[in-house]
Formats: sequence, structure tokens, C-alpha cells
Amino acid sequence: MDVVVDNYQMIGVAFATTLLLFVFSAIGSLALGTVLVSLRVGPVAIMRRTAAVYVTLVRNTPLLLILLFLSLAAPKIGINFQFVKIVIHTGWGDIRMTNAFAGAVVGLILYTSCFVCEALRSGVNAVPVGQAEAARAIGLSFGGVMRFVVLPQAMRAALPPLASTLIALLKNTTVAVSVLVLEAAYALKQLLDDTPGTWPKMWPIGVFVLVFVVLVELLSFLSNRLERRWSVAR
Amino acid sequence: MSESILYDAPGPRTIRRHRVYTVLTLVVIAAAFAFVVLRLAEKGQFEADKWEVFTTPSYLRYILVDGLLQTLKLAGASIVGAVVLGLLLGIGKLSDHAVVRVPCWAIVELFRAIPVVMLMIIFFYLYGITRGTVGPFWCVVFALTLYNGAVLAEVFRAGVLAVPRGQAEAAYAIGMRKSQVMWIVLLPQAIKIMIPAIISQCVVTLKDTSLGYVIAAPGLTAVGKPLYLEFHNHVPVYIVIAALYIVVNLLLTLLATWIQRRFVGEQKVLAVSAVGHADQTTV
Repeated sequence: MDVVVDNYQMIGVAFATTLLLFVFSAIGSLALGTVLVSLRVGPVAIMRRTAAVYVTLVRNTPLLLILLFLSLAAPKIGINFQFVKIVIHTGWGDIRMTNAFAGAVVGLILYTSCFVCEALRSGVNAVPVGQAEAARAIGLSFGGVMRFVVLPQAMRAALPPLASTLIALLKNTTVAVSVLVLEAAYALKQLLDDTPGTWPKMWPIGVFVLVFVVLVELLSFLSNRLERRWSVAR
Repeated sequence: MSESILYDAPGPRTIRRHRVYTVLTLVVIAAAFAFVVLRLAEKGQFEADKWEVFTTPSYLRYILVDGLLQTLKLAGASIVGAVVLGLLLGIGKLSDHAVVRVPCWAIVELFRAIPVVMLMIIFFYLYGITRGTVGPFWCVVFALTLYNGAVLAEVFRAGVLAVPRGQAEAAYAIGMRKSQVMWIVLLPQAIKIMIPAIISQCVVTLKDTSLGYVIAAPGLTAVGKPLYLEFHNHVPVYIVIAALYIVVNLLLTLLATWIQRRFVGEQKVLAVSAVGHADQTTV
């Protein structure tokens, strides 16, 4: 227990970093995923093809490899994130958002946006054909069909897979340990490094696992609530 | 794809507009491609000595045997373990007895919520750290078995529930026991719908084996480091490794599609999310 109590500041900062990684990556990948899906279901063949190729390639690459590429290989060809230098001073220690953090966020966005795209696409596909046909029959334009009929239903249908994608993103933020972002997995590694013996190690392990279970259940609960509120009779 | 529900068959003006979009997209793609190629050339990434290593037999063997083969071994061992564990947990969750059902449910929820990287780190410090080079290997296998087993438990449960109820009722009616109904009637039918889901989980597992890098486990991601340390060719190394992962995963995906078409036909694909809601069946 002492290990956890003595290091509560470090643990708090680490989880704050994890949450910041999650928030930035979530916003970014939702945005990029929406762009991708609009290319993916749109009427222009070459755009559909481009988005499909991007999604296939990135989805089949391990996230870790993308992060390693951005942190080790990209600087060799002049792509780096040195310009990001944000340090938040808190009473418990500094939350450092520097090049490693920015690289991890970019990697997470590139990777997660593919899954966001697929989730949204499944939502669009779940809208019955008759809905769009009826909308066209009453003379709505493409924009009208999308805005008033298809998207409102697609968003609801896409909510469960979208929530799963976001939960997976939260868990994937721990991969950033490999590019030395000081987030939760990194903190756990450090604590376990400093704790001799098997039983004393159980305390930090238990605490970290518990926090993740709580965070995941929280996201899952929120999405269930939204789903229930937004659900439509089919 | 004019049969899309989202838009009408284009008229002459729309076709012209789309042609403009097509050209614009091509220009953007060409520009991006040219930028990447120029940047790579400018930084000397196309020099032969950066790529020579991939045509040298001894290094090629190193990449394929110490890298790809190890990755496949890790993935294979984890998937076998995960299928067994998933089967047990999935059936356990369907049990009529709360004593069995509740622990199975708890195990599934717990291991679906813990990030795999963290699971690997935990096993590494509890088990692998004192066991030399085989320690990390088994830590990766344990972690992936537990995580994927928890995910597959949901797949198995959903698969069994997707079998028409009449099947179980008929089996009970001719006097079968609960275990007989499960093993003789429900599972054989359920397995058929679950195979594509299991194979797509194989893709996830294969990608996740790369996470062993964090605890110095062997595998395709791990062989990159010695290579770029020796030849200073970070960019080519990661391009080649990513290509290998993509090829293997695409082959697995093709296999899944083929099996889907061959054994499952036009039935709906079983979709179970890896995390979150425990009560999804089919989409």
C-alpha cells in the first residue's frame, strides 16, 4: 500500500496524461474519421478508393509500429514534433506535453480514425434503403437526404461501435509507453521496477487495474445511456 | 456504384462535377506521393546501402525466422489458448448456476477492461523478469490469451444464442441433457457462425503481439531495433516491417472472407465488440 500512497502524485499526473492523450486523440480521430467516411461513402469513385486503401493499410498495421515510426523514423526524414512544448505545472508535478506526447497523439489519431470511419460507415449502412428513397421521392437534395433523414439515424446506429472504438482508444493510450510518454503504463512500470517482492507489487497493480476498469465502465455506461435516450423504434 | 441509397444516378452536370473532383483528388494524391518520395530522396533514404540489408540472405533469415516466425508462434499460441479459455468462459456465462455464471462474467469484464500493454507489464514483473529470454515470450502469450479469451467468450456466447431456439427445445424434447444439448446440438451449429469472428480476432492478436516490444519479447517489431542500430536505416526498416504485418493480416482477412462465403453464406456476420457492452448479439 505504501508504494501507492507515497507516489500518489506521480500516479495522478500519469493518469492525467493518459486522459489528455485520450481526449486529444478522441477529438482528432472523430474528426478525421468523419472526413474519411464522407470520402468512403461519397459519389466520387477515386475518393472512395483512396479512403478504402488508407483504412485497409493503417488498420492492418500494429499501432505500436505507427508510434515507433513517428518517434524514431519520421525525424530522419524531417518530420518531428519538436515545436510542441506545453508543460502544465500542477501541484503534483508537471504534465509534459512535448514531442513524444504529440507524436503519440498523431499516431493514435491516424490509427483510431480508421476504426471511427468503419463504425460510422456501418451506421450509414444500417439505415434502411426505404428511408433514403422516401426522402429522395419527396424531393430532398443529397444534402437534405443526409441532414434530415440518413445521418440522424446513422449516428444512432453507429453509437455502439463508436463507443467501443473510443474505449479501445482509451486502452490504446497505454501503447504510448513505448515512445516514453509518461502515462499510466509508464508509471506502473516505474513503480513495479522500484518495488521489490511479489506481494508488495500487488498494490500498485490492483490500483491501476481498478482505475482502468472504472474508466472503461464509465465510458460504457455513458454510451449505454446515450443509446437508450437516442434509440428509435425500427 | 449508382445503386447507393444516398444519391441518385448522376445527371450530365453532376457527372462533369464529379470529373472535376476526380481530377482534384488525383492531383492531391500525386502531390502527397511526390512530397513523400522527394523527402525520402532528399534525405538519402533510397540509397542502396539502406536497403541492401533486405536482400542479404542472412539478414533476411533473421527478419523472417527471428521476426515473422516468432510473431506467428506468439499469435498461434495465444489464439489456441484464447479459444479454449473463451469456450470455457462463454459457456460458463450461459450457465444456469450463478456460482459459475458470475465469476465467468467478472473475469470477462475484468480482462476486457485492462489494456493489453499493462497486462504484459504486470505479467513481466510478476513472472517473466526472472526467467531470461523465454519469460517475455510467455508473458505475451498469457496476456493475449486472457484478453482474447475474454473477447472470444462474448463471441461464443453470442454464437450459441444465435442458434434458433427451436434447436435446443427439440433437443430437450428428445430427452437430451443440458451438456448434450450444448456439445451435440448448439456448439456445432454455433462454431460455423463464429469462425469469421474468430479469424478477425486472429488479426487483432497478430497485431497485438507487437506490444511485446515493451517487455523485450521477440517478434517482428523487435527485430527492427538491431537492424536500424547497425545500418541507420530507420525508415526502410519500419516500412518493410509494416508491409510484412499488412500482408499477413490481409491473408488472414481473405481467409475469413472465404470461410464466411463457404460456410456461413449470406447469414449476418456475428459482430461482438471487443469492449463495452456485454449484451450485444448480432447486428
